[in-house]
Amino acid sequence: MRSDRNSSAPIALKIAAAAGLLFLHIPLLLIFVYAFTTEEKSYQWPPPGLTAKWFAVTWNRPDVWEALALSLKVAAISTLIAIILGTLCAAAVSRSKFFGRETISLLVILPIALPGIITGISLRSAFSLMNIPFSTWTIVLGHATFCIVVVYNNAVARFRRTSGSMIEASYDLGADGFQTFRHIVLPNIGTALLAGGMLAFALSFDEVIVTTFTAGQQQTLPIWMLEELVRPRQRPVTNVVAMVVVLVTLLPILAAYYLTRDGDQTAGSGK
Amino acid sequence: MSTSAAIASTSAVLPRRGGVLNALSDAFWRNPRLLLFLMLAPPVLWLGVVYLGSLFALLLQSFFSIDEFSGLINREFTLKTYGELLLPSNMDIMIRTVVMAASVTIASAIVAFPIAYFAARYARGKWKALFYLGVMLPLWSSYLVKVYAWKLILAKEGILTWALDKLHLTWLLDAWLSLPVVGGNSLSVSFTGTFIVFVYVWLPFMILPIQAALERVPGNLIEASADLGASPAQTFRNVLFPLALPGIIAGSIFTFSLTLGDYIIPQIIGNSQYFIGQAVYSLQGTAGNIPLAAAFTVVPIVVMGIYLWMARRMGAFDAL
Repeated sequence: MRSDRNSSAPIALKIAAAAGLLFLHIPLLLIFVYAFTTEEKSYQWPPPGLTAKWFAVTWNRPDVWEALALSLKVAAISTLIAIILGTLCAAAVSRSKFFGRETISLLVILPIALPGIITGISLRSAFSLMNIPFSTWTIVLGHATFCIVVVYNNAVARFRRTSGSMIEASYDLGADGFQTFRHIVLPNIGTALLAGGMLAFALSFDEVIVTTFTAGQQQTLPIWMLEELVRPRQRPVTNVVAMVVVLVTLLPILAAYYLTRDGDQTAGSGK
Repeated sequence: MSTSAAIASTSAVLPRRGGVLNALSDAFWRNPRLLLFLMLAPPVLWLGVVYLGSLFALLLQSFFSIDEFSGLINREFTLKTYGELLLPSNMDIMIRTVVMAASVTIASAIVAFPIAYFAARYARGKWKALFYLGVMLPLWSSYLVKVYAWKLILAKEGILTWALDKLHLTWLLDAWLSLPVVGGNSLSVSFTGTFIVFVYVWLPFMILPIQAALERVPGNLIEASADLGASPAQTFRNVLFPLALPGIIAGSIFTFSLTLGDYIIPQIIGNSQYFIGQAVYSLQGTAGNIPLAAAFTVVPIVVMGIYLWMARRMGAFDAL
């Protein structure tokens, strides 16, 4: 065998990998084309003509704006709760070994390891057992539960890389627990929390399975889209909304990537 | 602790500072268990009360039964509802779902492996970042938008029919659609369509753990295998695949679990035959039969429980 195998891949592997990536991306690109189609009644390809008028039509639809506003509100509150609870849990699990530690990591992962429909129907039946009326808060309750794990994973990974000797040094130099947290721990885990928060936000903004059970008559943006998919009213408006959703979720993901990219070079990690 | 009082008298230690916050800080330092407890209490309470609480409440209801005449829920312990699960029509739903979940898992593993292997072994620098983002972006893009995109692609007037027509392969599509079980009127109302969309939507969940597992395989291991005379196929079977297996199992946890519980994809792209998720959704909604819906949700929980237990034994959790 040649020794330069590391640098070049077999051609079959290259083709398979490229085909796989294309399979992942072509459907998303199609969404962008369909947002401009002049065809209203069917999903005809190639589009008979291109127009930008559906953007104006969508802009003037109050139901889209209301759904968007509710989605943003729910995502913001759920993310905040998830950041607080996820960080606390990650800090506890990574700073000490205690009885039941494995159980707690399992408990955090469970809401996404079990199918979403189970979370949804349990919450729904719990609400009806306790006579809790549907509101923004019932949606938040569900979303925060499965967002915790995203923040938790990011925070645990960073805590593992943050050197414990820095915290000890801070105590040795006379700082108390809160000062250490403020000046040493927080700057170290800050970007991981931000990244986790952004992913949690994207997860909540996009969630539909649990939401159908906890929303009642309210419409978040995914619920609005689901309605349009099941009972189409104005297909071009759906196309435009789909395109905007792709663009909006793209930004936090790219930001999260750039924030955690340099995580390996955390200060003090060499000690 | 008793030693802290003795140390406090020596001059090398700073004098105690006043204030509530400092007292609190000192208390945490002296008693780490207190801090640990305070940190764990909020998340454990939230998950324990909100999540586990409602989960157990639901499971409890699966032991109730519904009165066939009044439609009211009879709150007495019974296994009658579980008996209803064994009716042929309900068994069909469960078998169909598990078979779909298994085939989606196997197909995702096959499609994912080359991407993961290339990204782990050959991609460097810029290409590495490109592959990473190339998997992360579809993973985090809106689930409904992805399903919607496939509705556009698989529609009769859509791009797939158009492309096959240009390639003069329409006969192949027609032949496939005329097959029993997997066929149908068009791809968007067939199990084949449901299957493709499932594979598409869960594929990134399979790629990432396989890549993580393959990153840990040293390149010289593959070279050693070749040096010792193994063909690429033998190297794959005896070296690469066993080392990637924990990653594949970790990924399969996601693809399997997500397919088991999904009710939106088969509803939008598929024929009218139910999967477990749809059965649960319609039972708790229009039918109002919460006990049977609850008993149905026990199926994925049990299946996933067995699956997770086996995965743990095979070391899949280290690859997550």
